[in-house]
Amino acid sequence: MSFLVGENMTGGYGNADILHDCTIGVEKGEIAVIVGPNGAGKSTAMKAVFGMLNLRKGRVLLDGEDVTALAPQARVAKGMSFVPQVRNIFTSMTVQENLEMGGFIREDELSGTIEQIYDLFPVLKEKRRQPAGELSGGQRQQVAVGRALMTNPKVLMLDEPTAGVSPIVMDELFDRIIEIARTGISILMVEQNAKQALEIADKGYVLVQGENRFTDTGPALIADDEVRKTFLGG
Amino acid sequence: MENLLNAFILLVNYIVIPATAYGCQLAIGALGATLIFAVLRFSNFAHGELMSFGAMITVLATWALQSAGISIAPLSTALLALPVGIIGAVAMTLLTDRWVYRYYRRQRSHNVIFMIVSIGVMFFMAGLIRFIIGPDDQNFDDGVRFLINAREFRQWTGLEEGLAIRSSQAITLVITIICVAALFWFLERTRTGKSMRAFADNEDLALLSGINPERVVAIAWIIAAALATIAGTLYGMDKSYKPFVFQQLLLPIFASAIVGGFGSPIGAVAGGFIIAFSEVIVTYAYKKFFTYILPEQLAPDGLLQLLATEYKFAVSFIILVLVLLIKPTGIFGGRSS
Repeated sequence: MSFLVGENMTGGYGNADILHDCTIGVEKGEIAVIVGPNGAGKSTAMKAVFGMLNLRKGRVLLDGEDVTALAPQARVAKGMSFVPQVRNIFTSMTVQENLEMGGFIREDELSGTIEQIYDLFPVLKEKRRQPAGELSGGQRQQVAVGRALMTNPKVLMLDEPTAGVSPIVMDELFDRIIEIARTGISILMVEQNAKQALEIADKGYVLVQGENRFTDTGPALIADDEVRKTFLGG
Repeated sequence: MENLLNAFILLVNYIVIPATAYGCQLAIGALGATLIFAVLRFSNFAHGELMSFGAMITVLATWALQSAGISIAPLSTALLALPVGIIGAVAMTLLTDRWVYRYYRRQRSHNVIFMIVSIGVMFFMAGLIRFIIGPDDQNFDDGVRFLINAREFRQWTGLEEGLAIRSSQAITLVITIICVAALFWFLERTRTGKSMRAFADNEDLALLSGINPERVVAIAWIIAAALATIAGTLYGMDKSYKPFVFQQLLLPIFASAIVGGFGSPIGAVAGGFIIAFSEVIVTYAYKKFFTYILPEQLAPDGLLQLLATEYKFAVSFIILVLVLLIKPTGIFGGRSS
């Protein structure tokens, strides 16, 4: 039984289903990566797990508790945190204010968590008083991840965290994501850079047209001839 | 030398002082409108009538205090009545939000629908105000009229030109400074203020961060109502309370907010002063000014007025159109309106 799991999820935005009996899960402190071709329903599967999509069938379990009926905000309170692919920071507010807003639901002192995030992303400490909208693409992603970590989540969900950043910044971000997972936080992410993402994944899901096509450990998927030929470009 | 001094006093008396007071009134009015735009994302056409409504409650409360013999002379009784007006306007906005706007929010209606709905609210409020206090002018300012009196100033300085500062103008400036400072402190320093900025910046992410939208909306209405009441009352003290002028004030208020950048509080303040000074500078007759600074034989015959006072609203219109053509996001880069 995975720590967080969306089981047999079927549903979509309108009448047409995008997901068909799709199952996605992640263990405690592990990294799970969803890959697949464009339009495979990767982001949709992620949104379904977070409650941003109505499911016709299936359920979502967090630490054994059924959270299928909960709104996204309620899931945040339960320990899930989500970094959207776009518009994932408050551009007009400073880096520090972005982090403060991330911890809005917390009643206790935030400064300790903010310091931890500055340790994880030292560049943010330098830029703490700068509006987040003025930062570079990679730094913005760090602010976005930092904001999501402010709730002290048990599960961190990332929708294409490396979209639009340079390969060097991408490696750097993946290193940070591994570091976050080592602290016991489960990571579920959607990635376009499938090969690099699967290399760090404890579990990989290859989705095609809203269905599970292959599910295995990251390195096993990379080693699989069919997966490599079809989805990883040889 | 004395002529130059006279010319200077003339400009201060007829341009700087009235434009500053008017600019303050526009700035507070525009702050309220811009806040509603930032949080609820629509242009609230009822904002002028909201100013009128708050000012009306303040006028009624002032009369009640006056007949009860309570005063804070030499200051206007209206200042004491202001909190009552604010409470009245807050109740009005919260009820209209509950009964009108919330329905459209749940329907996820388009901004244009909200704008049209606010025009309906505007007509409703205008009617209600005329029912309660009637359409006529009301005088309610009972404080000391002048801080500096023109005649005394002339005797004191020996200059030909007098300088008059009405106490309502001084009060307007002081209250504006307090309001703007308090609002910026609230938005920049408090958790609730920051959550309002976050909500205005990125609604979806604010929801993901656990910020309660209904609470943010309610606080935006409360602040807008308080600012509108203060602006309306100050305008009424400065001129007199006339229910119909507030609809006309809507244009310079929107112009102020848009010039500064709709949704940007600092822009609303700057825009208020830009509009006020432009209106006064363009409609002032410079004949006397040039008579002072030019040699006698060059003294002008005409009034030297760029635009008749009746056309002062055209000034806001022209500035508004220019800004929308050249820089639609305004000086401080708000959202394009």
